[in-house]
Amino acid sequence: MGSVAYSHQALAIANLTMADSLTASRWADLDRLLLRPGNLVGPGFEPGPELLDSLQNDLRVLVIGAGGLGCELLKDLALSGFGHIDVIDMDTIDVSNLNRQFLFRMQDVGKPKAEVAAQRVMQRVKGVTVVPHFCRIEEKDVSFYQDFQIIVLGLDSLEARSYINSVVCGFLEYEEDGSPNLATLKPLVDGGTEGFKGHARVIFPGITPCFHCSLWLFPPQVTFPLCTLAETPRSPAHCIEYAHLIQWGQERQGESFDADNPEHMKWIYDQAVKRGEQYNISGITYSLTQGVVKNIVPAIASTNAIVAATCALETLKIATMCSTGMDVYMQYTGTEGIYMRTVPHDKDPNCIMCSPGVPVEVDNTITLQKFLDQLLKDSRFKLKLSKPSVSYHDHNLYMQAPPVLEEMTRPNLQQSLLDLMDGNTVGVLNINDRRLTGVLRVRVTFKEGLDSIDMDTVGGG
Amino acid sequence: MAQRNHKYDRQLRIWGEHGQTALERARVCVLNCGPSGSEALKNLVLGGIGSFTVVDASKVTESDLGNNFLVEWENLGQSKAKSVCALLQELNESVGAKFVEESPEALLESNPAFFAQFTLVIATQMTEAALLKLEEICRQQKVMLVIARSYGLAGLVRLSIGEHDVIESKPDSKVEDLRLHKPWPELQSYVNEFDIDTPDNNLHKHIPFAVLLIKISEEWKKAHDGKLPPNVRLFKEAISARRRVEEEEDNYTEALKNAYIVLFPPQINSQLHAVLDDKAADVDASSSDFWVMVAALKLFMANEGQGDPPLDGAIPDMHSFTDYYIKLQMIYQARAEADLIAMEGHVARILKRIGRESSPIPRSTLKLFCKNARNLKVLRCKRLGEEFSPRSGPELQRLLAVEESSHPALYVLLRAVDHFSATYNRFPGVFDREMEEDVSRLKALAVGLLNDMGGGGASLPEDIISEVCRFGAGEMHCVASIVGGIASQECIKLLTGQFTPIQGVFIYNAMSATSLVLNL
Repeated sequence: MGSVAYSHQALAIANLTMADSLTASRWADLDRLLLRPGNLVGPGFEPGPELLDSLQNDLRVLVIGAGGLGCELLKDLALSGFGHIDVIDMDTIDVSNLNRQFLFRMQDVGKPKAEVAAQRVMQRVKGVTVVPHFCRIEEKDVSFYQDFQIIVLGLDSLEARSYINSVVCGFLEYEEDGSPNLATLKPLVDGGTEGFKGHARVIFPGITPCFHCSLWLFPPQVTFPLCTLAETPRSPAHCIEYAHLIQWGQERQGESFDADNPEHMKWIYDQAVKRGEQYNISGITYSLTQGVVKNIVPAIASTNAIVAATCALETLKIATMCSTGMDVYMQYTGTEGIYMRTVPHDKDPNCIMCSPGVPVEVDNTITLQKFLDQLLKDSRFKLKLSKPSVSYHDHNLYMQAPPVLEEMTRPNLQQSLLDLMDGNTVGVLNINDRRLTGVLRVRVTFKEGLDSIDMDTVGGG
Repeated sequence: MAQRNHKYDRQLRIWGEHGQTALERARVCVLNCGPSGSEALKNLVLGGIGSFTVVDASKVTESDLGNNFLVEWENLGQSKAKSVCALLQELNESVGAKFVEESPEALLESNPAFFAQFTLVIATQMTEAALLKLEEICRQQKVMLVIARSYGLAGLVRLSIGEHDVIESKPDSKVEDLRLHKPWPELQSYVNEFDIDTPDNNLHKHIPFAVLLIKISEEWKKAHDGKLPPNVRLFKEAISARRRVEEEEDNYTEALKNAYIVLFPPQINSQLHAVLDDKAADVDASSSDFWVMVAALKLFMANEGQGDPPLDGAIPDMHSFTDYYIKLQMIYQARAEADLIAMEGHVARILKRIGRESSPIPRSTLKLFCKNARNLKVLRCKRLGEEFSPRSGPELQRLLAVEESSHPALYVLLRAVDHFSATYNRFPGVFDREMEEDVSRLKALAVGLLNDMGGGGASLPEDIISEVCRFGAGEMHCVASIVGGIASQECIKLLTGQFTPIQGVFIYNAMSATSLVLNL
């Protein structure tokens, strides 16, 4: 297995040769849907051999995450006819992955997930090319994501989902009439699981709710007040978090805590047990310590299989229109009977990610400088803007960099924004900022007599 | 052992050591190892069942390479059961793996005793006639049966078990059982030690919310002829009135959030009522431990419990000083322990009465039972024969009449394709040239089936009939992965005795990614 790196290319070439010798009957089950007209199909569905051909040769799909969902997704997509799949994951294989991440074996522990997963899928499913990327999603240039027709997410973190969402919303462009430019639309399919529960959803940015429109679906993480940890601990978790968040910094100054270092974890556990004894709190175990410190989410093979296959099937529907699509968001509950239902959540019309423009009202007389000040104060853009650059249609109104452009556009700062926008009392400005992944679209409406001092209360909603 | 616990860590956090042990004891048989059977088994092998046996007579063909991940190129032309068995074994060395190269239908005829060795049988892609025979054998031999079917963009999962008892049903929403509306003497004297009007502000904000709720409701009762507040709003107002620093006393925030528990303490739910009223609770020498414990529970509730089951003893975190909280926790634990001892007494007397003193029930089992007594469940599956009989007709007719629900229609059609196969010796829509005829043939069979069940008159949407023909009995990998995944999840519930299995016929519509359980 030391040959992981070189063998991808070799396998890919071997696979192509093999694929030529395949007869059509290999995809017989899939072909029923791809070759036959149907009544319950997606818009513009045109059955024919071209569909399988484009799945195998033209489309490129990116799977983000090669963990519990990712392994299943790669298998499901490869066996749904997709011929070119990329997978990106920054993790290496751990023993605790083996109860569900079926592409990995005990001897793979420590190796990059993306590389092992890609190789195993290519070995098993002849004809498919899986290209692994062993890195963080932020390490890739945004243009990397542009190369894929559909992006499928098998992630367990809110931050990573938000990031990819902002990337694809950044690709989205709107027409003059406010309708999304379909050529710029990049669909996302997202899955998530926790124990016996999960979700799958399809995001067409600009058409269906994006990830940011329904952030509320993700409950806030449980955190404990520091004073409880320090003064009035009552539960095993309080003792563990005290050792983790407070004692470590005090007693092991200068050492950064690494949750994957067994010595570090054992130290936390020992301290937590001591604190438990001191406060008469029982029930602190090593397993619980790991669970609390690493915020471990329980995970099983069956839920991952169900959610991932739901995502892969929707990906196939998007690619071919061979059947009707899911209604926005599928909720899966397996604890009491089994329950799969779809919820048609609504799009946030003022979403800062996917809307044609976040509404901002400004005074008729505002200058570009004052407008930028107002944006920086707006609570909706908090932590999202630091040094915004502004353009209107294809015209740069103010650029923070490079210095030449900054100097060229600087005089605009003292100009009236209304004049800069050719006297249009409503219009969309594109804001760029190094803190933004994509572009922020702001729909400016000019009003008479709005005092810019009060502007920071306008945001609110 | 350390390696095992590390490997299974993410699932041990769900079903615990005892759940894992139950899985490791299970012997599972899968009939037919197309993608549905293979995927179901894959999830169970990863989870660490004891052993599995794959039964399938077919050879690996090219279409298997397009929909099943558990066969590989080199297996073309070889036994599918053998190939799948070998690749499954790779996933988990600690699982025993066997295969039988024979068709399930032939095995049913030639060797019905074969099935007795298993804990559970998963029957995939089998048609009605064979399933009826298999169910008969499984019931006789007390083997659990899980039926799974993937058909184009539709799926079905159904369980068939004589009786399945669940102690740890682990419901999603648990109402805290704190007995704040009727504190027992130890809890009352603990509460009496507090002065909720203490001038010490720091103390004031560290009184556990349980104490606040008991004290404030008592005061209300004193002022209102011994009656509790008529609604939660008034009670909350009374609580808020005692708060000193607006929004800053976490114990008061918790008291407001939990105020409803005093007025609406957990009730005996309908499923527990059904268990208590079950005929099996009239125990005799042949009764299982579960029913002996239920009989004891009835006695407990009629006596010590004054209508309530044993206290589970767990309390939620409450903002307070450590020692206040720990003391309160100990009071609840002591009461749970006392209830457990009372239950032990009842169990011992019952065992004596039915002449089973020699085989007592382990304390750990009884403790688990007491902790979960409010959420006990007993599942008895109807026989397939009953589901197929006219007795299901009215319910099916009612379900079909509900608009915008495709699931009952898919149910009828999934059964009609079996009738089709019995009549024409092939499934509808397998030949392009016969598509149109097949649509009318399938429709006629479906209508006939409905008539036979007494559900005549209900109509089936034309577009779903023609879609089912379009599927041509294809077994798509993703659909199989979902159906197999659901089957494996139900197996885990059955084998661990935890969570609530499907009670009815589960129908999955992959076109809309929705499901419905039909109570037929």
